Amino acid sequence: MSTVSSVIIPTRSPMRRLWYAVPVLVLLLVMPWVADQYQTILLAYGLVMAIAALGFNLLLGYTGLLSFGHSAYFGVGAYAVAMMVKYLGVSSMELHLLGAIGASVLITAIFGVACVRYTRIFFGILTMALSQVLWSLAFKFFWVTGGTDGLRVPTPTLLAGTVRMPAGAGGDKQSFLAYRYYYYVLVLFLICVAIMWVIVNSPFGRALQAIRDNETRAQFIGIPIWRYRWVAFMLSGVFTGIAGALWVPLNGLTTPDILHWTFSGKIVFMAVLGGFRTFVGPIVGAVVYNYLESYAVGYTVYWQLFLGVILVVLVLSLPTGIVGTIERVMMRRRSS
Amino acid sequence: MAFLLETKAVVKQFGEFRAVDRVDFRVQEGEVLALIGSNGAGKTTLVNLISGLLTADAGQILFRGDDVTQHPVKERIRAGIARSFQLVNLFDQLSALDNVALAIFSRQGKTRRLLSLADGDRPVWAEATEILALFRLEAKARMLAGGLSQGERKLLDVAIAYALKPKLLFLDEPTSGVSTREKAPIMDTIAKVVRSERISAAIIEHDMDVVFSYSDRIVAMHQGTILADGTPDEIRRDERVTTTLIGTPEPPR
Repeated sequence: MSTVSSVIIPTRSPMRRLWYAVPVLVLLLVMPWVADQYQTILLAYGLVMAIAALGFNLLLGYTGLLSFGHSAYFGVGAYAVAMMVKYLGVSSMELHLLGAIGASVLITAIFGVACVRYTRIFFGILTMALSQVLWSLAFKFFWVTGGTDGLRVPTPTLLAGTVRMPAGAGGDKQSFLAYRYYYYVLVLFLICVAIMWVIVNSPFGRALQAIRDNETRAQFIGIPIWRYRWVAFMLSGVFTGIAGALWVPLNGLTTPDILHWTFSGKIVFMAVLGGFRTFVGPIVGAVVYNYLESYAVGYTVYWQLFLGVILVVLVLSLPTGIVGTIERVMMRRRSS
Repeated sequence: MAFLLETKAVVKQFGEFRAVDRVDFRVQEGEVLALIGSNGAGKTTLVNLISGLLTADAGQILFRGDDVTQHPVKERIRAGIARSFQLVNLFDQLSALDNVALAIFSRQGKTRRLLSLADGDRPVWAEATEILALFRLEAKARMLAGGLSQGERKLLDVAIAYALKPKLLFLDEPTSGVSTREKAPIMDTIAKVVRSERISAAIIEHDMDVVFSYSDRIVAMHQGTILADGTPDEIRRDERVTTTLIGTPEPPR
């Protein structure tokens, strides 16, 4: 083999880009001290949904599979927590997270076997149908799941029971959620972002992108398509399941709504709004969508119509999503 | 004599149509052979059967003496069979370098790695760079595969297959869709790599200039069967081939 002068190493290592994240990180860290509790809790919701959207985008952006059933894994994570509280009396958030991870691995492993043989619309419909099965189970088995009333979940203890909501009159749940729990969510969010970033930049992540681009060619370089899709499906579901578990203390109640396909639609929308072709797109999309929805609900009783119009306008004007559009504008500026 | 590849009475049927009809096809170690025939003769179907894209309805495929007839694609690749495609199959949203590196990661069993960064694996990028240089694509390393010219895409397709370190390489029309001027440089590059590494290659080709210039042996197919098998000179003199495939009773020397 001929020798070449120098090795070409890809220069996509986003260490430089990390600098852009510094001000955002500072803002996230000081949020509870500069904004009111409502705003901070709203942001915590946004970060939780960002974890779900990040998981979802491993399938859409990196593997080329559009899931319309991610409500299932979000719901499985949430219901795992609610049931651990109700039936096992577990109050530790770390155990809740472990339970949610276990439950979502189990469900995604089973659902994945059925789904990963299909692509495009067939994959989307199948994931949606399976999530609707879970929704109807949560609905019908009301003696276990609480049906439409859902399961009420008291605020958990954090860090192996060392951080808990002060009991009695000082036990202000809002304050607990806006400070201690916010930071708990923020740390988990950062861990999830770091792990997902490594996954998508690993040889495995690159293989998923190969499957996305050209399934036949990927097969003919020896990549086991179904097996890798299945692993991606599980990883994606586990991230969304963790989001479901973290969502429970914020909401205090787990109801079948989060298993319904319309909730999957929200996750899809978050990724599209932020830009599913970029790593940070779904994160930005989730936070922005969460604010949009919260303000639309407070603004008018016709909030769904109002929100729908805003979202249609946003998608039409920013077809590559918020982050995709920003990147394009910055590249144009740099080149001119 | 032991062959690198041997098919025994391989059959592939599509409904009533028998695309490959009891074909005995052999490839020897280190030879470059051309597979010729008109459209629908069964050339690509035969390659699809050997590479594992299709499963044979009957017959046997032996590779280095092992029966691989029922083996999945992955195992055939591991055994040493690789291919390029008539309609170029690349990872269009990845760079040319990534395309080749992925084949290396896969060959080394590293695509299973979830928690290590691909960009940190210097030996893989070094090998990918060398392979791109062999195929004269070094300058295009960072370009997205989707943005390359047709000739470059054809070469990259072969480079990906080559990165799997095959013992037998099938090239399905490596010069189709490129200008006449580009054909010779593409074939020169491929032939140089294949011959220097002593890889056996089977090239499906319609351009008779390419076929006669680059191959040690020619196998002519017609209506799913092998019509003739011989050296370029023997094929030139074979009347059945000249009348059926080449279309002139006395082909130019």
